[in-house]
Amino acid sequence: MNDTSTAKTGLQSEAGAAMKQNRTAEGTVGEVYVDDPRMTCRNVDVYYGEKQAIFDVSLDVGKNQVISMIGPSGCGKSTFLRCLNRMNDTIDICRVTGQIKMDGQDIYDGGLDVVPLRASVGMVFQKPNPFPKSIYDNIAYGPRIHGLCDDKQHLDSIVEKSLQRAGLWEEVKDRLDQPGTGLSGGQQQRLCIARAIAVSPEVILMDEPCSALDPIATAKIEELIDELRENFTIAIVTHSMQQAARVSQRTAYFHLGKLIEVGETDQIFTSPRHKLTEDYITGRFG
Amino acid sequence: MNNQQQHQKTMERVQQGLDRRYRKERHFRWLGLGAIILGLLFVSFLFITIISNGYTAFQQTYVKLDVFYDPEMIAPIGETDPEVLSRANYGGLIKASMRQMFPEVTNRREKKVLYGLISTGASYELRNAVMSNPALIGSKAEVWVVADDDVDMLIKGHIDLRLPESDRRIKDNQLGWIHLLQEQDRIEKRFNTTFFTAGDSREPELSGIKGAIAGSFFTLLICLTIAFPVGVAAAVYLEEFAPKNRWTDLIEVNINNLAAVPSIVFGLLGLAVFINFFGLPRSVPLVGGLVLALMTLPTIIIASRAALKSVPPSIREAALGIGASPMQTITHHVLPLALPGMLTGTIIGMAQALGETAPLLMIGMVAFIVDVPGSVMDPSAVLPVQIYLWADSPERAFVERTSAAIMVLLAFLISMNLLAVWLRKKFERRW
Ligand SMILES: Nc1ncnc2c1ncn2[C@@H]1O[C@H](COP(=O)(O)OP(=O)(O)OP(=O)(O)O)[C@@H](O)[C@H]1O
Ligand SMILES: [Mg+2]
Repeated sequence: MNDTSTAKTGLQSEAGAAMKQNRTAEGTVGEVYVDDPRMTCRNVDVYYGEKQAIFDVSLDVGKNQVISMIGPSGCGKSTFLRCLNRMNDTIDICRVTGQIKMDGQDIYDGGLDVVPLRASVGMVFQKPNPFPKSIYDNIAYGPRIHGLCDDKQHLDSIVEKSLQRAGLWEEVKDRLDQPGTGLSGGQQQRLCIARAIAVSPEVILMDEPCSALDPIATAKIEELIDELRENFTIAIVTHSMQQAARVSQRTAYFHLGKLIEVGETDQIFTSPRHKLTEDYITGRFG
Repeated sequence: MNNQQQHQKTMERVQQGLDRRYRKERHFRWLGLGAIILGLLFVSFLFITIISNGYTAFQQTYVKLDVFYDPEMIAPIGETDPEVLSRANYGGLIKASMRQMFPEVTNRREKKVLYGLISTGASYELRNAVMSNPALIGSKAEVWVVADDDVDMLIKGHIDLRLPESDRRIKDNQLGWIHLLQEQDRIEKRFNTTFFTAGDSREPELSGIKGAIAGSFFTLLICLTIAFPVGVAAAVYLEEFAPKNRWTDLIEVNINNLAAVPSIVFGLLGLAVFINFFGLPRSVPLVGGLVLALMTLPTIIIASRAALKSVPPSIREAALGIGASPMQTITHHVLPLALPGMLTGTIIGMAQALGETAPLLMIGMVAFIVDVPGSVMDPSAVLPVQIYLWADSPERAFVERTSAAIMVLLAFLISMNLLAVWLRKKFERRW
């Protein structure tokens, strides 16, 4: 479904290294831009009323990559993530300036509707939030409202495929008519991921998807993220640096609303270039 | 002072204070318990008085008469024309039967008193019997007819026989006749069906609450069909769509104020707007329902907004996050979850409306109406107003009917509140 010719991470980093100097945005260390971006953000500022929460952030999200966002609490990771599917629109006092493009199209353009945008940029939240409906209806809701299914059979197959991709099918196939809220926390979160992928988005945003889960459930989700990368572009906010290291190819470090450093995950965790990043990584801060 | 000693001292201090702390707690518990007991006492006092006053109204005294369906007084045998049958003198049949039972009564004055033992409604019973079966004409039958309310009161023991005759509604000669009837087993208390099948009447033994119940039903129907949709729509708009600015703040303050406006003011408003301006008729459930709708609207809006607020934001985010439009988010997810709360609020509002009297007095629903209303445009009374009217009547028999009507009203109110509680329990937090 997505183009499979995506540059391998290795290749990309070599290409990136050659042009490192002119690829760096002001105020941010590391390569902000990638060759094959799905989403591009330029000079994004976010205000909550008078208070500015994001300062001039420019960042690319590469195709079929996992990019993780880390940083101390309150630094604006969630705020930035929620800009990518305009979830911030639901907050009255929130104002976003700058430019965010998806596949070349400005998502904050007045003419663009948020409904198709959110269908192509799915979101998974910190706390699992299945609808208080059956497992089946949870998954089927998205395809139904977007009219993606031709008939019941088609819908059944979408539900099954989504649950399989989310690694939940074997566990729930006998009780699809039972409430989604009756599942365990980890299962609920995978249900939410299945619900997000049921509408075949291009990008999935995840805001601390594992913070309410135990280590085993977390491991399952991480495995799942790795598999999903084949077909989706993923941006994940996490507080666990191990998790960022395990699942992501690129890592962005935020501090007090500014994007301090971006780079290959390996590089960020082994040889951070900015002092603040280093302090955070080594546990001296946050 | 070393650490050990310091600790010792602290513990001593704590021990000293401990007693006082627990005593305070005990006192507070007693106080609370006392308040609850006092409240329960009042409630049980209320219930005991109402029930002990009212339960007798569910029975009614009947008298057995030997009636001769005299063809001369009704119509020739074989007559079936309802026109003729309905015009016949059935009161005469009863009088004849009474005269036959007490041949010694000859004085005109005394005869009149004798006839007074039987309710004026008894002749309608005979008429109905004959009209549904004209073959009765010419035959003799034993018929149980409704006794007059004074007889009823005597049988139920509400008339004090120690009073001098002139102060009693039942005179000595009537007492004698009643004793005779009792000896012949001609007096019996039966279940009072009239109370549930008739409208209001000047005669207590012929009056019932069906008219008031029907009036209350139509009034609440109008109230519900207007207040519920309007209230829910207003709540959804205010909670989900309205921008937060000075105007919406003003509206919110006004709605809260409206909930505190005395109900009689709504009655005056209804009188001015619906009756004087729009020219709707007085005393009809339509106007009553409109007025009560105005009155319950704030209650429903406030309850509905609370219900909407209690839907967790995560559900909204989930729906918005997969691309549901705001309207879809509300109709598919938020409203179904908020509905039980909204219904609970609505039922409580309806219960309030059911018990409301003052505004209805203003729009003329206090009229004496005998007919059971058949639509929202028929003049009618409502339950609480009926209670008010009866409580005002001098006859002793209306006292027990007042209490009985209160019992019926309370039964409706309690079942509505139970329904609300049940709804709340059933749909409690499913997320
Ligand atoms: N709805 C809001 N209204 C006002 N200010 C907000 C709102 N949401 C977030 N903020 C502010 O914006 C800043 C960034 O918040 P954000 O939630 O993005 O941080 P975060 O990095 O996700 O933190 P955490 O790791 O704790 O989730 C914080 O200072 C916060 O107080
Ligand atoms: Mg956050």
